[in-house]
Amino acid sequence: MSFAVTTNPSARPSIAIEFRSVVKRYGQGPVIVDDFSLSAARGDFIALIGPSGCGKSTLLKLVAGLSPVTRGELIFSTASSSPLLTTAPSSTSASSRDDLAYVFQEPTLLPWLSVAQNVALPLDLRNTPATQRTQLVRDALALVGLTTHADYYPRQLSGGQKMRVSIARALVLSPQILLLDEPFGALDEMTRDHLNEELLAIRERLRWTAFFVTHSVAEAVFLANRIIIMSANPGRLHREIRVELPYPRTPATRRDPAYHQLVDEVSQLLRSVEDHSTV
Amino acid sequence: MPRQKIFSVLLPALAGALFIAIWHFIRVSLSEDFRFLLPSPTEVISAFREHGDELWRATLNTTTGATLGFLGAVTISFTLSLLLSLSPLVRVTFYPYLMLLQMTPIIVFAPILVLWVGPGLKSVTIITFLICFFPLAVNTTQGLVSTDRNLVELFRLYRATKFQEILRLRIPAALPYFFTGLRIAATLAPIGALVGDYTAGSSAGDGGGLGFQTIIYSSQAKYPALFATAAACCALGFIFVAGVLSLSWLTLHKWHDSYERADT
Ligand SMILES: Nc1ncnc2c1ncn2[C@@H]1O[C@H](COP(=O)(O)OP(=O)(O)O)[C@@H](O)[C@H]1O
Ligand SMILES: [Mg+2]
Repeated sequence: MSFAVTTNPSARPSIAIEFRSVVKRYGQGPVIVDDFSLSAARGDFIALIGPSGCGKSTLLKLVAGLSPVTRGELIFSTASSSPLLTTAPSSTSASSRDDLAYVFQEPTLLPWLSVAQNVALPLDLRNTPATQRTQLVRDALALVGLTTHADYYPRQLSGGQKMRVSIARALVLSPQILLLDEPFGALDEMTRDHLNEELLAIRERLRWTAFFVTHSVAEAVFLANRIIIMSANPGRLHREIRVELPYPRTPATRRDPAYHQLVDEVSQLLRSVEDHSTV
Repeated sequence: MPRQKIFSVLLPALAGALFIAIWHFIRVSLSEDFRFLLPSPTEVISAFREHGDELWRATLNTTTGATLGFLGAVTISFTLSLLLSLSPLVRVTFYPYLMLLQMTPIIVFAPILVLWVGPGLKSVTIITFLICFFPLAVNTTQGLVSTDRNLVELFRLYRATKFQEILRLRIPAALPYFFTGLRIAATLAPIGALVGDYTAGSSAGDGGGLGFQTIIYSSQAKYPALFATAAACCALGFIFVAGVLSLSWLTLHKWHDSYERADT
């Protein structure tokens, strides 16, 4: 038996995740995601946008290993030097997903733990030594600007602050891949804009690959370097738009005519997709 | 705030004084022949003095039965709830019998119990246990199975072990439910012990509890002593409920919404 692994360092040195004709059905139900192919380079910030029910959350769950791929392949590369690891359908390769974090639509905090304890949860579950844990938690809280709220309980925080804690918890393991499922959907626009800017500022320091599901075109254009527009029934990749606006992006980016042009363009594409899928 | 505190002490005290005044007034308005129906407050107090030792011993015995039955019910119902929550199969199999246990008429069961384990503390403890068990088991099981799905997924994502998931997620999330059950059980435990003692108490051994004293005093027509017994029962119930409420407050007030102060 040979151990021929699909190593191809010269051709695609920086691939983080690759979807190859991924199909997803839940049990014997209808096809939710069909023939989805996409390769995400290391450091890509990919926004997923599309009609509700088109399978955006499902795609994130496939990446996270919370649900198995029905057909096709989902390929991870663990570190820059190691070869790509293939996860065959229904197998959940553990090692490939070690560096992954998920931010849910709701803050999903444990109400009986303080802010610091919530952020420490992923470390606790891996039995990280206490000294190391304290430092990592402090760093993560500093990233989201909540150092002063370490001892608060979730119910004492605003919606935006809770989401910050959720992001700090995701970042505490220094993930290579960050999955965010409409994280700011429930927040008011000002808080959302502010958190978008913070997220990009953090990204300047920690270069993860991000998948970001959103309903807001403006948010997608502001954050992402690639926007994937999906169509529904079944969920397919409809169009990809590259956002060439340079990073770091700041509030000034929102006044850039190129930004507005992209927002218009994506909005129109999205509207045409939604018109088709509401038939 | 301090003003509110003064009121929260003053008003109940006033209500108590009013209650005793009305009690006294009704008594003096009764004709001489019927005054035995309602002993005066002073008569009840002197009944406490006269039967003090006996009442104190009976109260301690009932407290022991209530506490043992209550703690036994907490321990065993918690263990059972964990098992029930772990497997839907186990849940489907045993839930109907849990219901059936709740239907057990204690009055009928008591003589059988006396036959099995003899009268006295053992019977009283078991009867208390049976009465407390159901609300505890039902609430705790409910709490253990209604953990937020997103939180469960979060634990799966970080590859928590089943043990970590139970200890760090399911049990803390079930605590508010558990305390709901515990509050109900705390009101039932002294009643259970009293009823148990009334139906399966004994003067042998420890000398019986408050239920047994009730039988004795009523057969001897010692009405002031009966009132004193009732007061002792109230005190016991109060201690149980206050104890559980404090424990619940200590455990939940920092994080659970039910303890959220309106002015913060
Ligand atoms: N666990 C599941 N079991 C069965 N069907 C599911 C499950 N999760 C999602 N679905 C279905 O998959 C479709 C896509 O859902 P989802 O990925 O949440 O869409 P989106 O996030 O784009 O709104 C929906 O029709 C939904 O009902
Ligand atoms: Mg969704």
